Amino acid sequence: MATLEVLGFGENGWGALLLVAAGVTLAVTAAALAIGAVLGTIVAAAKLSHSRLLNFLGHLYTTIFRGVPELLIIYLIYFGGSSAVTAVGKAMGYQGFLGLPSFLAGAFAVGVISGSYQAEVFRGAYLAISKGELEAASAIGMHRGLRLRRIIMPQVLRYALPGISNVWQLSLKDSALVSVTGLAELMRTSQVAAGSTRQYFLFFVVGGCLYLILTSLSDQIFNRAERRANRSMPSAMGQV
Amino acid sequence: MPGVTRLSVRDIRKSFGAHEVLSGISLEAQDGDVISVLGASGSGKSTFLRCINLLEIADAGEIWVDGEQIRMIHGSGRSRPASQKQVDHIRSELGMVFQSFNLWSHMTILQNIIEGPVHVLKRPRAEAVSEAEALLEKVGIADKRHVYPAHLSGGQQQRAAIARALAMKPKVMLFDEPTSALDPELVGEVLRVMRALAEEGMTMLVVTHEMSFARNVSNRVVFMREGLVECTGTPDEMFGDGASPAFRQFIGHFAN
Repeated sequence: MATLEVLGFGENGWGALLLVAAGVTLAVTAAALAIGAVLGTIVAAAKLSHSRLLNFLGHLYTTIFRGVPELLIIYLIYFGGSSAVTAVGKAMGYQGFLGLPSFLAGAFAVGVISGSYQAEVFRGAYLAISKGELEAASAIGMHRGLRLRRIIMPQVLRYALPGISNVWQLSLKDSALVSVTGLAELMRTSQVAAGSTRQYFLFFVVGGCLYLILTSLSDQIFNRAERRANRSMPSAMGQV
Repeated sequence: MPGVTRLSVRDIRKSFGAHEVLSGISLEAQDGDVISVLGASGSGKSTFLRCINLLEIADAGEIWVDGEQIRMIHGSGRSRPASQKQVDHIRSELGMVFQSFNLWSHMTILQNIIEGPVHVLKRPRAEAVSEAEALLEKVGIADKRHVYPAHLSGGQQQRAAIARALAMKPKVMLFDEPTSALDPELVGEVLRVMRALAEEGMTMLVVTHEMSFARNVSNRVVFMREGLVECTGTPDEMFGDGASPAFRQFIGHFAN
């Protein structure tokens, strides 16, 4: 009976808070994936360019953000960013600590990491496009922008989808680390619930189940998207 | 319009590193000409064709398409076109058919064919679709219009690729070994489409190993050897006694 009550939606129940927290986890991850897509595209383009300097910068980005622990990046962006904001506040006459909004800092931190993985996914997807199809686009008179929009982007998306699905799962789990900034996402809320009810096992199991539900639901959505994107592929390669 | 020069190439040269692939090739195509370019592999015939629509940039020489010269900058270092805009325009007037078809794999056959007219020529979509359907009828794959390229045979893909090039209403069609990647039993259907095009008066430049096409469909044959035009003439002249010994030896390989 106690279990039902603490998990329920009543006055002493954590049910509603946990569901909201799962929503926050989804939102942070979605924002991170979007930020990572933008960064990843830029970094992939840099790595594919003919400029030595851009190659180097792209390489540097992926090396750093894939090689340093995620937690450290989150600390760096949240606390580092907050010190910077505080310093600016001081200069403008405000005394005391100014924190970065934890949602923003968390989404950005996970996004930066996600971007380093997405860059590799996009680069591989671009290299998978047949050179002949690109030549055919040039030969018909498409200018660079048109070729990018009509031939390259749709195919990059198609080839990148399985990799992006993988990055999404990673980012979803990385978002748990954002709990260190105090953001009430699923990890943090499970922790708080466990601590205040002293039912540690129960709440961490429930938290774990909610993560599993999120990952398997999103997995299904990605699978469906992949099947749709693969309509044009020979059937042997198509279905996953 | 017979007598109009559709394509004029003058003294094209091209090297890859220290290796000179084209050592000064000239060629002129009047309206309605069907010119077969023959030669052993490595003779530079594909490179020559690719230089015409600037998929390769020639180091020297002039290219005129329908009376318009492609402006080039041959300075120190690598040559490049003076205006990418002009290049895109000229390319839209030259239909290119590749050995490996190169249909866009993420689009259906119909989408492949209307892509150029709609997005490059900016023509109304409905018009492009009805013309595309007529073209598909002509190349005999109207029933495949909503199918993706990967689900077609090589011969069907190549016919779709020809339709895609024709949809641009090109001044000249360039064929780069259009049947070389096909299984033998699929060669005929592609050659039939090309023959029908020739009979309609399309100006065509065809790099090929199909001797029957060169002999029976084209009105001029060019034999390339080591980056030069070794000899050229009508099929009767070339396949008769008048040809050079090297050409006779070359076609001898095909007789066996």
